[in-house]
Amino acid sequence: MAEPQDSMQDDQPLLVAENVGKNYGRLTACHDVSFALYPGEVLAIVGESGSGKSTLLQLLSAQLAPSAGRVSYRMRDGVLRDLASLGEAERRFLFRTDWGYVHQDAAQGLRMAVSAGANVGERLMAVGWNHYGRIRDTASSWLERVEIDTARIDDAPRTYSGGMRQRLQIARNLVTEPRLVFMDEPTGGLDVSVQARLLDLMRNLVSELGLAAIVVTHDLAVARLLSHRVMVMKGGRVIETGLTDQVLDDPCEPYTQLLVSSILPA
Amino acid sequence: MTAMIDITSAEKTFTMHLQGGVELPVVRGVSFQVEPGECVVLSGPSGAGKSSILKMIFGNYRCDGGRIGIRHQGTVIDLATAEPRQVLSVRRSTIGYVSQFLRAVPRVATIDVVAEPLIANGFARAQAREKASALLRRLNIPERLWALPPSTFSGGEQQRVNIARGFISDLPILLLDEPTASLDAANRAVVVELIEQKKRQRVAMVAIVHDDEIRHLIADRIVDVTSFAAAA
Repeated sequence: MAEPQDSMQDDQPLLVAENVGKNYGRLTACHDVSFALYPGEVLAIVGESGSGKSTLLQLLSAQLAPSAGRVSYRMRDGVLRDLASLGEAERRFLFRTDWGYVHQDAAQGLRMAVSAGANVGERLMAVGWNHYGRIRDTASSWLERVEIDTARIDDAPRTYSGGMRQRLQIARNLVTEPRLVFMDEPTGGLDVSVQARLLDLMRNLVSELGLAAIVVTHDLAVARLLSHRVMVMKGGRVIETGLTDQVLDDPCEPYTQLLVSSILPA
Repeated sequence: MTAMIDITSAEKTFTMHLQGGVELPVVRGVSFQVEPGECVVLSGPSGAGKSSILKMIFGNYRCDGGRIGIRHQGTVIDLATAEPRQVLSVRRSTIGYVSQFLRAVPRVATIDVVAEPLIANGFARAQAREKASALLRRLNIPERLWALPPSTFSGGEQQRVNIARGFISDLPILLLDEPTASLDAANRAVVVELIEQKKRQRVAMVAIVHDDEIRHLIADRIVDVTSFAAAA
């Protein structure tokens, strides 16, 4: 019998945000955000456009430097490090292997003019793989995992549909077995049927690989399907946080109640 | 404490901010215990707060006061104050919940909807599916439907899928919200048998059932929820 796993029992946080804030001059984009993310945990950040959720994602993924507070990440050697203190080589290591970043617009996360196989293989080469046959085999098995016909491996993603591009972007990100994936509106701009397929795929991959993820979305249905925990943002602040089903079924703050009650019935 | 569930003075009020901050008291002073192998049935009219109490025990609704002690992996966790990670851990290995309606992910096959809780607990897919098949068969869901997502099924079929999903794990606590509401007599009898089986495995259960006959068959004790009415 398989040993029941309980990755949430792992008591060392993977990423820790402490009083993180970002100002643009007098404008506060993000204020005093603190939380800890554990291995295997999926956190959704929800809120309307302009609520600061995308800024927060950039702060958490070291693409923006915070004006206040700090973000720390547990490196593979087990040491929690302030992202601001990392050298260029360490940052590159995170981006190339230990982290994934799924953009809303797949064109930002893919190289549109090179083949699908090369898009996936490139991440492997960046971490030192150099055997062409093995790279191609691994790329091809990842295309299968994200339900892309391997006959399309030599085609460039600009010939792919929106849903396929998004699945290719996911394969490219996951091929190096990252421990943490950032997703910015991963299903935005896709047809609902394509969204459902993508969500189902992401849900399975996240649980099979035991990935931690931070997902920014304005779609509460996406948060419900993908995440364990949710943070609701408004005006750059986190106004409510908790278990996803708790926040969505029993919202306490006026703004969260408004968000939840604004979902159109299917 | 030997009880699996030990609730003391739990209370819940909804504040409806979109309706001018109206306060809607639901329950107050909820106190009862459930021992291993015991099935406690909550009784009371619609709106008395029975489902809310189940949701509080599952950590789905927050508690505004009191304590919800759950025996979990050899210790007692108070779900009224637990961290989200602890609640998830309790749900994975201690408390199962059969909700009134199935809330399934679109596109996922019935057999996988049922097998999922086991897979999430580390079982091999094949083994989980085998157990799911046995339960679906027992609940009279025709095999030709197993590969289809349950969203197009009838109400009774969806409920049986939901029951299979809730009963598949061997968890020490099970919460049942109207598990037999839209079932015919034959399937109601199957559910009663499944509950009997869980009792023999020393599972502590809290159930809501409106059908007097079923209640009579499964209840070891009845807790009247009207005594927890919060209306001041």
